[in-house]
Amino acid sequence: MPERGATVEFREVTKRYADQVAVDRLSFTVPAGKICILVGPSGSGKTTSLKMVNRLIEPTSGAILIDGNDVLREEPTALRRRIGYVIQQVGLFPHQTIAENVATVPRLLGWTAGRTHARVAELLALVGLEPWRYAKRYPAQLSGGERQRAGVARALAAEPPVMLMDEPFGAVDPIVRDRLQAELLRIQRELGTTILFVTHDIDEAIRLGDRVALMRDGHLVQYAPPGELIAHPADDFVAQFVGAASGLKRLEVLTVGGADLDPRIRRETVAANAPILAPAMALRQALSLMLRREATCGVVLDGDRYLGVLTLATIGTLIRSDP
Amino acid sequence: MTAGEPLIRWDWVAGHLDEIAFRLGEHVELTAIAVGIGFLIAFGLSLLIVRSPRSEAPITWVTGTLYTIPSLALFALLVPITGLTIVTAEIGLVSYTLLILIRNIVSGIRGVPAEVRDAAVGMGYTQRQLLWRIEVPLALAVIIAGIRLATISTIGLVTVTSLIGQGGFGFLILIGIQRFFSTELIVGAVCSVLLAVSADALLVLLQRRLEPWTRLG
Repeated sequence: MPERGATVEFREVTKRYADQVAVDRLSFTVPAGKICILVGPSGSGKTTSLKMVNRLIEPTSGAILIDGNDVLREEPTALRRRIGYVIQQVGLFPHQTIAENVATVPRLLGWTAGRTHARVAELLALVGLEPWRYAKRYPAQLSGGERQRAGVARALAAEPPVMLMDEPFGAVDPIVRDRLQAELLRIQRELGTTILFVTHDIDEAIRLGDRVALMRDGHLVQYAPPGELIAHPADDFVAQFVGAASGLKRLEVLTVGGADLDPRIRRETVAANAPILAPAMALRQALSLMLRREATCGVVLDGDRYLGVLTLATIGTLIRSDP
Repeated sequence: MTAGEPLIRWDWVAGHLDEIAFRLGEHVELTAIAVGIGFLIAFGLSLLIVRSPRSEAPITWVTGTLYTIPSLALFALLVPITGLTIVTAEIGLVSYTLLILIRNIVSGIRGVPAEVRDAAVGMGYTQRQLLWRIEVPLALAVIIAGIRLATISTIGLVTVTSLIGQGGFGFLILIGIQRFFSTELIVGAVCSVLLAVSADALLVLLQRRLEPWTRLG
């Protein structure tokens, strides 16, 4: 598929309502093809920021650029047809079949019936809804998780370079959410769409985000890859917010290279069953390798260079500690 | 009524099928015009209410007031202006449909879930596309419920217009009263009721046809 992501840049974006500032001089750039998670407590301005990208909310000042083009210079309906949009309650049209729902934007754009039909089938398959089974159904006949998949398919229908997702998995149960998250990552890797994703769930932010924008009271508190957010929180608020992420989740984003290694232990003295670990490896994977081999430590090699030993005790400390 | 006369003389019915058919046509015409024009006016006013809620209070006040005027008085007031014509009849009949229709159209459109509207606008529907492709189809059940109510009440009201020379089946009722002839009165009343029931059934069928998605789940 020919999709590719676009760069999204917030430049000093402010949204002021009569008596309060919802978003205050927000500036950050999401590189093309990356997932940026906007996370923060309710009222932090994350949804407002998201809705300014497709102009459901107009900024008071500042600019939002998609591949360098100011969205405020575009006709809103034309702009929105080029941006995927997924919301928590999905908002499928109850009077249309799933196929018709997915065909929404292609039809608005005047695609031919043949092209639309082919694209709908392709997308339903992509999100894991077999076309022969689901195309003719109405939304009321689908489960919550299936509806959210259909919502994602609908948002991706016209090959948008950018997709906005507002707490898309907030209303489904944890097991389904877990699957949907994994599939979103797979689809995003396949299509390379730039995604801006709002959540209040720090676990979700750490799992999905290439970058995490942590917001509070309309301010951007920290904008960093999840690992950095955990390793170097900008302030106590970030530390506390990130601390809410469970220790095991932390192991998915922290890498072997970022942990405290003990270089004093000589390699020759390490037990033979210790696995070889690479610095880029997630700690979770390192841990499972060690457990599988019943080893208490692993040997960390950067290519041929010996960096030191990672011990079970070190991982245990990381799970228990407040970051 | 004359003593000894049966309540219904079937021979009269058999001999007047032409007349009954003619009155049926008249009754249907008066009703269809009233509900049709009433719906067009109500739809326009409803859109106004939905787009600018400040217009709701005055519109509701006017149509509510119209609804409370006794039909007999309304027709009497109109006759000096528009005469004993179908126009007089329709002005009255249309007036009475407005309150019911507007209330249903407005609540139907307002009943469209916020997330559906949010998704539609977020994907690039224009206001007009939103109205015709999303809001009206989803409001259809409530709108048709309003049309059913308006149709039934109009069919009843049409009989009153016999007093100004219209009336459909109402004409039979009026003549029946004037001649103390129970057969004609009963035929008029029963036909009017049957017409109302069949119109209602037809509208229910129409609603089901237009909304296949409501019967799934």
